[in-house]
Amino acid sequence: MNPRRVSAIVLRQIDLMRSSPTRVVPLVAWVAIDIVLWGYITRYLGSLSAHGPDFTLTLLGAVLLWDFFGRIMQGVTTAFFEDVWSRSFLNLFASPISVSEYVAGLVATSILTSLISLLVMLLLARFAFGLSLLAFGLPAAGFLAVLFLFGIALGIFASAVVLRLGPASEWLVWPIPALLSPFAAVFYPLHVLPQWMQAVAHVLPPAYVFEGLRALAAGRGVEPGTLLLAALLALLQIALALGFFVRVFRGAIRSGLLARYSAESVA
Amino acid sequence: MPVSNHARVPPAPPALEVRDIAKRYAGKTAVRGISLRIEAGEIVGLLGPNGAGKTTTINMILGLLAPDAGQVMIAGLDLARQRAAALAQVNFQASYAPLPGNLTVRQNLLFFGRLYALPDVVRRVDELLESFKLTALARTRCGLLSSGEQARVALAKTLLNRPRLLLLDEPTSSLDPATADDLRRMIRDMATGNGCAVLWTSHNMLEVEQVCDHVLLLAQGRVLLQGNPRRLAAEHGDASLEALFIRIAREPLAGGEGA
Repeated sequence: MNPRRVSAIVLRQIDLMRSSPTRVVPLVAWVAIDIVLWGYITRYLGSLSAHGPDFTLTLLGAVLLWDFFGRIMQGVTTAFFEDVWSRSFLNLFASPISVSEYVAGLVATSILTSLISLLVMLLLARFAFGLSLLAFGLPAAGFLAVLFLFGIALGIFASAVVLRLGPASEWLVWPIPALLSPFAAVFYPLHVLPQWMQAVAHVLPPAYVFEGLRALAAGRGVEPGTLLLAALLALLQIALALGFFVRVFRGAIRSGLLARYSAESVA
Repeated sequence: MPVSNHARVPPAPPALEVRDIAKRYAGKTAVRGISLRIEAGEIVGLLGPNGAGKTTTINMILGLLAPDAGQVMIAGLDLARQRAAALAQVNFQASYAPLPGNLTVRQNLLFFGRLYALPDVVRRVDELLESFKLTALARTRCGLLSSGEQARVALAKTLLNRPRLLLLDEPTSSLDPATADDLRRMIRDMATGNGCAVLWTSHNMLEVEQVCDHVLLLAQGRVLLQGNPRRLAAEHGDASLEALFIRIAREPLAGGEGA
């Protein structure tokens, strides 16, 4: 893997953000709105019952973590969409860049853009609503790591779907986090879900994170083994997503889809 | 007895050697057994009516489309087995593959320079900006440039990696005659000065006669005729290359060597 080629994808995104600051707004605006909205909801719920559960951790903390996951996933897909929108695939893949270098570039770009979002969320949550990531203790690193890995897996998978189905299938990608959130049990314990939804939740690493978050808020510790299982599950999903992307890419080379990639509708 | 060193040096492989490539996709046979060879410094024209298989052939040489059969060798490297090393020796330009319009001229050249893993990309980009008289446009987004300016930027992009093989798919199709003439001269200079081999597609037969050393005339995915563009028409009893082209386009099965 050549680091210069990987860096080309990341530096391209930085150039785009520098020349068009409007690209930075979505990284900051939506997460800021979410934190402010849920910050006040949390504050209001807290005022209703002085001895009730800690809503700051279970609600605002959950929003912060879920938005971080969403930003990671969209960081990968948005960097991929840059090539869809600018019809760059021919010039890009006629160069020596390999699929793994390209995907590594998308992931590195996502790390950069999602760190911007995470920083904004942490500052707002800390100074406006008194929620510090330090309140989670050491498990915070585990929570973020699991959500990061799962976001990467889903971002690669979603990009492969768009590569396979064409540019018009972009609309399929945006609602993915919202579709997964009921199964991931972001705001409620897993046991309230029906059995079939719980079965789905068990293959979703975020479900382990949010169960851990609630255990932490209830004064119980987070089992390291559970987070490790979630991380391994997410790593497996990254490997599967990467395999799927490579398969779709090779199929696109065989079928001529890559050469013909243009403004097509969903096939 | 002293032995000359020259005897031990193996001959340089051709810049491009295509052996009997074929492709069937989207329900039809686009290319059926095309072979061609281009040496360093040679400009070869790939001609043919729409749908003859020119762009499909170029896409297979670029690794954007996998051939069903045959082999593509670039500077002695097998594209199927040594993709990155082979593509590092190539660059291409086509009007249907624009550079990202939301990046400036300089950002575009830096982006592609990094994709080719150039060791001193900033210096190389500055050199090309100067030699293509693009320095004043360096901070302009490519999407805002005129067709001629975009063509110059695209050509500068193709030289980033000092390619041994250049693929140009109708590079002058959207240019005014004066700009097209400048571009043809630049490409001719690159071939003679740098030993760059060029595969050129065009529908402009006068341009082909002026620029190319050798042409291949395709129809229905096959090479029907090939030869020197300035002699080919007379050899086949036509008044001009354009007249020969029109005859082949209308009656491909009657006109070719392979018929």
